[in-house]
Amino acid sequence: MAQIHLEVVTPTGPVISDDVDIVTAPGVGGEFGVLANHAPFLSTIKTGTLSFKQDKQTKYLMVSGGFSEVSNNQITFLVESAEYGNDIDVDRAMLAKERAEKRLAQAQSQSEKLNRVRAEAALQRALARIRAAELARQ
Amino acid sequence: MPGLKDVKDKIEGVSKTSQITKAMNMVASAKLRGAQEKMESFRPYSEKFAEAMKDLSGGMKDSNLPLMEVREVKSVEIVVVTSDRGLCGSFNAHIITTVTKLMWQYESEGKKVSFVTVGNKAKQGLKKTGKIRASYGDIMGTFQMFNAREISQGVIANFVSGKSDQVDLVYGKFHSVAVQKPEVEELLPIKPVEKEGGAEQSKAGVSGAYLYEPEPDEIMEVLLPLYVNVEVYHAMIEVGASEHAARMTAMDNATNACKDIIADLTQLYNKARQSAITGELMDIVGGAEALKG
Repeated sequence: MAQIHLEVVTPTGPVISDDVDIVTAPGVGGEFGVLANHAPFLSTIKTGTLSFKQDKQTKYLMVSGGFSEVSNNQITFLVESAEYGNDIDVDRAMLAKERAEKRLAQAQSQSEKLNRVRAEAALQRALARIRAAELARQ
Repeated sequence: MPGLKDVKDKIEGVSKTSQITKAMNMVASAKLRGAQEKMESFRPYSEKFAEAMKDLSGGMKDSNLPLMEVREVKSVEIVVVTSDRGLCGSFNAHIITTVTKLMWQYESEGKKVSFVTVGNKAKQGLKKTGKIRASYGDIMGTFQMFNAREISQGVIANFVSGKSDQVDLVYGKFHSVAVQKPEVEELLPIKPVEKEGGAEQSKAGVSGAYLYEPEPDEIMEVLLPLYVNVEVYHAMIEVGASEHAARMTAMDNATNACKDIIADLTQLYNKARQSAITGELMDIVGGAEALKG
């Protein structure tokens, strides 16, 4: 099967650079899949789970906001953070989720818009982590 | 001639100082390695980012995105990035001097200037101007992206609301372990990157052929703030590495100076000791002569 080169780059360094069969990513307009020889494509990425298939194995990554670019049979993700599902500490993510929920509940008034946005982002990240970890375990 | 004990105490004091400066030198060199690694691992991200920006912004010249809006410049905001701590030679002083000169230049052109300081030293150095709008301290050691995000969000909000018409970024760029220089960059408004070969090629080139999801304008709306973020983060990393390199050099110089002082003092000590002995001998000889008489 024809393969596409996947690269995930974060500010703290590249996370993966390898040939894979298919990539599924959380685009802002919904999830999308990319196979080999895809047309040039640019999309923003929201916090969520990125998966790719390699040697009949599906692997999961938690990614937070950024964008992706497809060109010349290569897909590049530029995201703020990326973690393998297997490496995620679920207990910590659960704690983070609870914390974010609590903060979100506290920051409902209009004056605390910034805090609310932050708490929401934190919650999204925690949920994405938990989901990536769960998927990786299956 | 100072007393023997005074000189001895002084030698001890200086040698203790040199121990400290030597230790600081070693700590700084270890930290420099870490900071340089951070810089290395950030490079692929920033390079890819610049590439994508280039592809996109070529076709964006006539769009009206708030972060690319060019206005008549009435007020300038300067984001100053320095280290949190001192004892790194003239590194921070150079940055402050550059900023002050920049401020004078803008003010002579009739523009209002405000500062956003990142790092404690910038705050201390610019406090007396009374123009600091926001300051962020004690964050240089961590190199976290969210610190940069907080700063850039503030800067962007100020720019979009029209309180500043131009934003400059001043930081200590890391050229090498021996050379760090203040660097002035224009941060906002973001300029579309001109592609080599002119606009015609860019239209026929990559940017025209891309599929976008969502629309290019919407992508840019996400990308541009991220770009500011990346630039600020980049400046912080550079300053981090520069700070440690500057401290290494400064502490190396201090250790050498200590060695020189110790050598001088030791000579002084030996001379004092010698003259004391000579004095005592003279006394003895003089006493013996007197007894003979």
